[in-house]
Amino acid sequence: MEFETVIGLEVHAQLLTNTKIFCNCSTKFGGAPNSHACPVCLGMPGVLPVLNKKVVEFAMKMSLATNCIINKSCSFARKNYFYPDLPKGYQISQYAYPLSEHGYVFLEVDGAQKKIGITRIHMEEDAGKLMHDEHNPVSYVDLNRAGVPLIEIVSEPDMRSPEEAADYLKRLHEILVYLEICDGNMEEGSFRCDANVSIRPVGQKEFGTRSELKNMNSFRNVQRALEYEVKRQQYIVENGGNIVQETRLWDDAQGVTNSMRSKEEAHDYRYFPDPDLVPIIVDDAWIEAIRKELPELPLAKRERFVKDYQIPAYDAGVLTADKALSNYYEEVVRLCRSPKAASNWVMGDVLRFLNEEKRDIRNCPITAASLAEMISLIEDGTISGKMAKDIVEKMYKTGSAPKAIIAEKGMVQITDEGELLKTISAIMAANPNQLGDYRGGKDKLFGFFVGQVMKATQGKANPQIVNELLKKMLAG
Amino acid sequence: MELNQLTIHELQEKIKNGQTSATQVIESVFNRIDVVEERVHSYIRLMKDEALAAAKKADEDIKKGDIKPLTGIPVALKDIVCTKSITTTCGSHILHNFVPPYDATVVEKLRDAGAVFVGKANMDEFAMGSSTETSCFGVTRNPWDLTRIPGGSSGGSATAVAADECIASIGSDTGGSIRQPAALCGVVGLKPTYGRVSRFGLIAFASSLDQIGPFTKDVEDCAIMMNVLAGYDPRESTSVQTEVPDYRQFVGKGIAGWKIGIPKEYFIEGIDPEVAAAIKKAIAVIEKCGGQCVDISLPHTEYCLAVYYIIAPAEASSNLARYDGVKYGYRTSEARDLLDMYKKTRTQGFGTEVKRRIMIGTYALSSGYYDAYYKKASQVRALIKHDFAEALKKCDVILTPTTPTPAFKIGEKTDNPLQMYLSDLFTISSNLAGIPGISVPCGFTAAGLPVGMQFLAGHFEEGKLIQIASAYEKNANIEKRRPQL
Repeated sequence: MEFETVIGLEVHAQLLTNTKIFCNCSTKFGGAPNSHACPVCLGMPGVLPVLNKKVVEFAMKMSLATNCIINKSCSFARKNYFYPDLPKGYQISQYAYPLSEHGYVFLEVDGAQKKIGITRIHMEEDAGKLMHDEHNPVSYVDLNRAGVPLIEIVSEPDMRSPEEAADYLKRLHEILVYLEICDGNMEEGSFRCDANVSIRPVGQKEFGTRSELKNMNSFRNVQRALEYEVKRQQYIVENGGNIVQETRLWDDAQGVTNSMRSKEEAHDYRYFPDPDLVPIIVDDAWIEAIRKELPELPLAKRERFVKDYQIPAYDAGVLTADKALSNYYEEVVRLCRSPKAASNWVMGDVLRFLNEEKRDIRNCPITAASLAEMISLIEDGTISGKMAKDIVEKMYKTGSAPKAIIAEKGMVQITDEGELLKTISAIMAANPNQLGDYRGGKDKLFGFFVGQVMKATQGKANPQIVNELLKKMLAG
Repeated sequence: MELNQLTIHELQEKIKNGQTSATQVIESVFNRIDVVEERVHSYIRLMKDEALAAAKKADEDIKKGDIKPLTGIPVALKDIVCTKSITTTCGSHILHNFVPPYDATVVEKLRDAGAVFVGKANMDEFAMGSSTETSCFGVTRNPWDLTRIPGGSSGGSATAVAADECIASIGSDTGGSIRQPAALCGVVGLKPTYGRVSRFGLIAFASSLDQIGPFTKDVEDCAIMMNVLAGYDPRESTSVQTEVPDYRQFVGKGIAGWKIGIPKEYFIEGIDPEVAAAIKKAIAVIEKCGGQCVDISLPHTEYCLAVYYIIAPAEASSNLARYDGVKYGYRTSEARDLLDMYKKTRTQGFGTEVKRRIMIGTYALSSGYYDAYYKKASQVRALIKHDFAEALKKCDVILTPTTPTPAFKIGEKTDNPLQMYLSDLFTISSNLAGIPGISVPCGFTAAGLPVGMQFLAGHFEEGKLIQIASAYEKNANIEKRRPQL
């Protein structure tokens, strides 16, 4: 039997506001336990939440960037459950009336654009963290994270493969980072994802029973967990079993998912409107003001790069995947005016160096100005492409400008025809056999002579001039 | 008259004239406490050292001519408002050792106005009760008859004023917890409009209904207290940013030409005949003052109690989830694991009535029951609110008895929660509607128990309540009595 996979994702993104969602505590990651925790964070008796307006604005940005309709009025609800990292015994979230709904993003699937629906985006507070003592049966509670603002982005069950799910996740991540409302750090948990996955026989309309996957802290793990889960479900169905609705945890080390709780054990969260907070009224003027603040988004930028810089869609995709990288690229282009060369150098050498050291483009030792200068030096013939390969590596290692490296190493390209003619004559004299064979029709030996010239000039000879001169000289 | 028997405005006069000092006033209050507190038990905790120090500071201010609205006035605080560095228990074992690191906004305001805090007043546990019998610190007794309850939940705040163990006090009112004990103890109690007085630092019972208000010896004092308490607070999202009038200007203004709404649903069988008689007499006084009574209807009255006993417990079940033994307050010493700790801490830490309401509320919010209970109750609440909006188009204020009966015997209703709930019959609706209400003394039963009359007005019309209550007070010629202790 052939199966179709159905996946929907719930993404939690921590917002980069300076202060928490309902108090004035810092949202800074790290810090001594409970050093960013006030009576509101601690859920002390009598204290009250006051909404941070910035949280609404950040959430509105994401809503607009994903084509969601922002509700004119939305409100907070309490999600009730007991856990030591949840100081009030409830999480303030949104339930019946979320901030925004009915959005979408596009993915490229098999060369075509596929629309993935976004059901809703809502705001909520994060919980604290528990630390368990390894030697004693005690746990510690750190409430620094309690009250850090989150948005939850819930997708429609529109994805049909783990790969699509990973793609969708990357799109959301990219947009959040572009908007500068989330740092997107999956390892530190500022970008988290739960997945709902089910399978159904191809052609069937009804969804199969789904399982909810948790604990996947990288794009790769989301895809791996989904791949595993799809196989597991197929195996069960093919062997006559039934899928049970449950929450399963991804075990990274074992590469499997394990049942955490069944539907019967699921919490009854007893959602109800939070009486301590008033509805948020969003008018058109506010929406338009936020829309004006939106930066160019990845998709638009990608299209503009292809159109304005005449680079392949693939290049544009790589260059715009990271906003800082795209800014770097654009700066290089602005200075050297060679978009394709700039794209090759940035995507090739620069990214390779950075990836090797897991370094961020923001910390790249080669400044955009240096790279642009180097590209200009190639184009005006000062250096060859081959020389540039060495120079760019030195630029990365030392942070020096290309001209400084060239001067220091005497690496200026030899374009003087007189000097090159002398070299060529000497090589022809030293290799009479090869010269004879060449003149006898062995055209392939042309490369041999080019190599000899380059060797003799330590690669500094201008290849075009060498070609021209050799052709003339070898012909006799 | 002893200093502790005087009103705020009388004391202010004496203080201003140099006839007395803040220290003399607070000493007279503590002398009274020494004599009667053992029998009445208004307080969970007395703050004598702090009070004497505050009075001394007040006297220095007075000497400098720096006299604020409550300078040197001894005020009792219901133990539901958080006081920085002073244990705040909410009448519950689960908070028996809780010391807040912050003051409630009202505490800040009172202190800034020069008030001297006498102590933390007894109350029903988490304000859940109508008799102050559910406090884990023992019952408070009605000064007019020590075998009777003082009302609740702000029973201690009411008796402290009635027994002259302070000059004024602070209570909170979720379904009548200020007005009902005020009526049963023969003092003035006002529940302001929802959003008028900050709830920051008020330990939540039912957040959409809770409101802080004053107990005073007369209506003018009520106005003085409201001048200090009312106002917008950026620390509370439901606080309302509207202008606060000088409430004292409404005192003694008269009500000629006012229309007084008499809701037929509130004058029903089952009202104690002596209460009914007292109210009837009071209505005559109001008419003599120039008020014109009009019949009005609040058609959804019969649902108020049911709606209240769904919404209040629902919110409470969530509000009280934070008392889990993890961060502060009581924690069981015998837990096997986390779940066991939660269960034992809460089983041992909460009293019966609190547990009953947590269970009712949890049930009302549960999946499958939410629509039938909480959601339906919220819809009916909107209708109740609408009833008042309609009724108040036809009149300036609404007049009702505050309670159906005078103070009942201690223990009389503890085994019958439904009977107990009925004592808030006339006060609950205004919490559901969010409108203000005041209870003023309107006489005594033959047995010498006080009876209270309630006025209700539109949102933010506390001024009207003070105006009519003051007019009534001035013209009623109620015999000045003090409880014999």
